[in-house]
Amino acid sequence: MPSLKDLRNRIASVKATQKITKAMQMVAAAKLRRAQEAAEAARPYAERMGEVLANLAVAFDGRDDAPKLMSGTGSDQVHLLVVATAERGLCGGFNSNIAKLARDHARSLLADGKTVKIICVGKKGYDVIKREFGSHVVKVIELRNVKRLAFSDAHTIGEELLSMYGAGEFDVCTLFYSRFQSVIAQIPTAQQLIPADLPVAEEASEAASASAVYEYEPGEAEILEDLLPRNISVQVFRALLENAASEQGARMSAMDNATRNAGDMIDKLTIKYNRQRQAQITTELIEIISGAEAL
Amino acid sequence: MAELFQFELVSPERQLLSEQVVEVIVPGTEGEFGVLKNHSPFMSTIKPGLLKVRAQDGGALTEYFVRGGFADVAPGGLTVLAEQAIPVADLDRDELAQQIKNAEEDLKDAKDDDSRLKASDLLSQLNDVQNAIIPA
Repeated sequence: MPSLKDLRNRIASVKATQKITKAMQMVAAAKLRRAQEAAEAARPYAERMGEVLANLAVAFDGRDDAPKLMSGTGSDQVHLLVVATAERGLCGGFNSNIAKLARDHARSLLADGKTVKIICVGKKGYDVIKREFGSHVVKVIELRNVKRLAFSDAHTIGEELLSMYGAGEFDVCTLFYSRFQSVIAQIPTAQQLIPADLPVAEEASEAASASAVYEYEPGEAEILEDLLPRNISVQVFRALLENAASEQGARMSAMDNATRNAGDMIDKLTIKYNRQRQAQITTELIEIISGAEAL
Repeated sequence: MAELFQFELVSPERQLLSEQVVEVIVPGTEGEFGVLKNHSPFMSTIKPGLLKVRAQDGGALTEYFVRGGFADVAPGGLTVLAEQAIPVADLDRDELAQQIKNAEEDLKDAKDDDSRLKASDLLSQLNDVQNAIIPA
């Protein structure tokens, strides 16, 4: 049975914890708003890029001279997984969900006899991945010092991927990140970056009629070749922004839960404390009364 | 009175401009071109340079520094997607100088003719930009 003093100390320490989680929740809420704005601001660019690429891709669909970034290397032996996670913990299941998705993917690829290479963006994902696939990790990119995610950060990663692809170090590249749906729902997502996964089939005919009258300068092929590498960076950038928003959302709801749990704990401990205090008073009274009666 | 059309200038980080304008001059890879209302559908990549926007009839030109990307003239209007887009007033001279320095180094490091050509193109384009804005 803990003494009254022990209980008082515990209540004080849980209260202090609650203050911290509460503060973290509010900080996450403020950061979430910023991250969400950034993600929304980046959306028009990525969407327009997608439309234009889809338009252009129709012309090259199934042709032999299509750029390698679109048609692939013709094999799918070496897979590169880019796992984008957060730099910090304390955000619920955010990091482990992404890592789990990537891990399952890597396992099934290895079971099929493929070669797997992994690039980790963010320290937390690396911590999880290295336990099982430490030898497959070819590079770890830390964005710890980046306060506000800029396009140049994503561009550096994109360039890295392109130079690796150019050197024939992998055939298929898949990007893992968490798509931000709402504060309480973040969906771990796998997206194929290379060869580019373009929505060719669906609106092909419609888009073709729209693009038929287009004039291109320089040619269609040159534009496509110029755009595909850019598209990689844009996709990475979008994924990182979505990730940042998801991270803050996950942290916010995790900290909200923690604050509530701390509150419940304080209530329980307070009741226990009061009961024990009363029991002590009763014992003391009985002692006094029985002492008086004995006289 | 010239007719207005919708113009959007978008960088990966944000949408800089979305408004009705009279005329836009875009630094295309194969030369500058101006866009007015009812331009035929057209698409071009852009080179580093100054993009000029005339918002009102007879009004002054607003200039933006753009780098890397493409312009898409659709029946609905003009969209310029640029990897970097900065209003000239906010353009950091030092940063431009840094970019020029990088380009000079790229030129020095270039191993084959192809990359040397690319680097020298980039360098001359950046120098053009610098010359264009320094008197401003």
